[in-house]
Amino acid sequence: MGDLRDLYQEVILDHSRKPRNFRTLEGADHRVEGFNPLCGDKVTLFLRLEKGEVKDISFQGSGCAISTASASMMTEILKGKTSQQAMKLFDEFHGLVTGKAGKSGNGAELGKLAVFSGVCEFPIRVKCATLAWHALKAALSGASQTVSTE
Amino acid sequence: MSGSERILNAGAPTGASFPRSAPRPSTTFDVEAIRRDFPILQQTVNGHPLVYLDNAATTQKPKAVLDALDHFYARDNANIHRGVHELSQRATAAYEQAREKARSLVNARSTAEILFVRGTTEAINLIAHSFGAARVSEGDEILLTRMEHHSNIVPWQMLCERRGARLQVVPVNERGELAVEDFERLLSPRTRIVSLVHLSNALGTINPVKEIIALAHRRGVPVLLDGAQAAARIPIDVQDLDCDFYALSGHKLYGPTGIGVLYGRSELLEAMPPFLGGGDMIASVSFEKTLYNKLPNKFEAGTPHVAGAIGLGAAIDYVRGIGIGAIAAHEDALLRHATEKVSRVPGLRIIGTAREKAGILSFVMEGVHPHDLGTILDQQGIAIRAGHHCTQPLMEHFGLPATARASFGMYNTLAEVDALVEGLGKVREVFA
Repeated sequence: MGDLRDLYQEVILDHSRKPRNFRTLEGADHRVEGFNPLCGDKVTLFLRLEKGEVKDISFQGSGCAISTASASMMTEILKGKTSQQAMKLFDEFHGLVTGKAGKSGNGAELGKLAVFSGVCEFPIRVKCATLAWHALKAALSGASQTVSTE
Repeated sequence: MSGSERILNAGAPTGASFPRSAPRPSTTFDVEAIRRDFPILQQTVNGHPLVYLDNAATTQKPKAVLDALDHFYARDNANIHRGVHELSQRATAAYEQAREKARSLVNARSTAEILFVRGTTEAINLIAHSFGAARVSEGDEILLTRMEHHSNIVPWQMLCERRGARLQVVPVNERGELAVEDFERLLSPRTRIVSLVHLSNALGTINPVKEIIALAHRRGVPVLLDGAQAAARIPIDVQDLDCDFYALSGHKLYGPTGIGVLYGRSELLEAMPPFLGGGDMIASVSFEKTLYNKLPNKFEAGTPHVAGAIGLGAAIDYVRGIGIGAIAAHEDALLRHATEKVSRVPGLRIIGTAREKAGILSFVMEGVHPHDLGTILDQQGIAIRAGHHCTQPLMEHFGLPATARASFGMYNTLAEVDALVEGLGKVREVFA
């Protein structure tokens, strides 16, 4: 079960059971829905930016342990970050879970998110881990209100 | 279900140089011997012997099918119909023999009523398109059920959009059953066709289709059955059922992908316009007027999946050699064992508890998303499916985004069911 423990690390299980910032956000200036049509996972991301900085962020939805924990931990790390920093984290996180080095830097800024490194051994689950992040990217780039992993 | 399925004589047909691997005599059901016929089962996955429990998605193929495909491409490959040369004649003969095997499988009156299609999805699209064009107009109704696969919903929605018709939907009870009275209630003077699943892919429910057909026919309404899951689990007799259309997929019947069968009552098929236009479906073409070919060619435009049809023919021989009744009895034993063992796993709930059920076990585990469950089982070499099974309206009825689904085939064993149950124990450990 070694491989499985790489994927389902204790921190991930904890966040999937007790997701942080799991609520709607009053006064959100961005609201983006992420959807994975393959498995039906849904996430709605709420974001409030002030002067280009993430003042508050939250999410709602239903999904597997990986997608729920990923969304939960993403909301934690993003508070207080600028849009540019958030986009950089997107790249680094994407690099981490796909097994490719981030375009910018070595992933050191990911901190606790390093627990998702096991995901790259499970290619079919990469979309679970990145669902909330794709919603974030869409929100920050002002794209459509629904993003799909497909 | 009778366990005394007639053994089909698979003697080499005239004109075709067929591999002479006759199906095994089916005196007893020998699951170990059957397993040896399926090369793909002889492997380990993630360090464990493969336990393949995703048969509702697709079944594995016996060597007889692989050999038939190989033989066709190595020896007989040519385009069919109107060829004057030897290979074309062999290919045509083999293709048409496959049609006869399909006819015999569902007990249609004539091979004119057997259309080769890509699969159940294409079959339903064909009916929605061609029958719809002939018989459905504004304000008409199409009667479906809540437990339909998306492939038996979306083509009808598309038809409704084109024609200004509307869908009526028969509800499902908490066990995952349909009530015949609901059909009674929802069949209206505007109903033009009833289309429903014979055996539910998401729940395993066997629907009382004969009763429903009789009821619809009393109102003069034809019925299409989606037999994708039923074909490998229930002996089909379209004359006894008295159904008007029956659709099935080869790859869920131990045959190749990309080939399926649509049975259609000849009077109805005759009255319907073609689905696709092109070669082979015509009698003559001029820019002023095209005359369509007779049945079944009228509905088979273009070069069909010749190899696929021949492979499906071999699959039908193989399945009938063992006996669908015998396969059904074996799967019933697996399902009973699995139901009993799985319901004892803490936090586990079976979705779909119909009194009439076959081959499919859907469930959810408290606190564990089906996808996580699927990944953990996969690490133990156990293949199941997790998701909405292309039945989102049904999932919504049960208030679930997804379920985990184990589905059985003729080669599964009681030991594999035990491996599944043990695997579920490990899921609990990870999520403890």
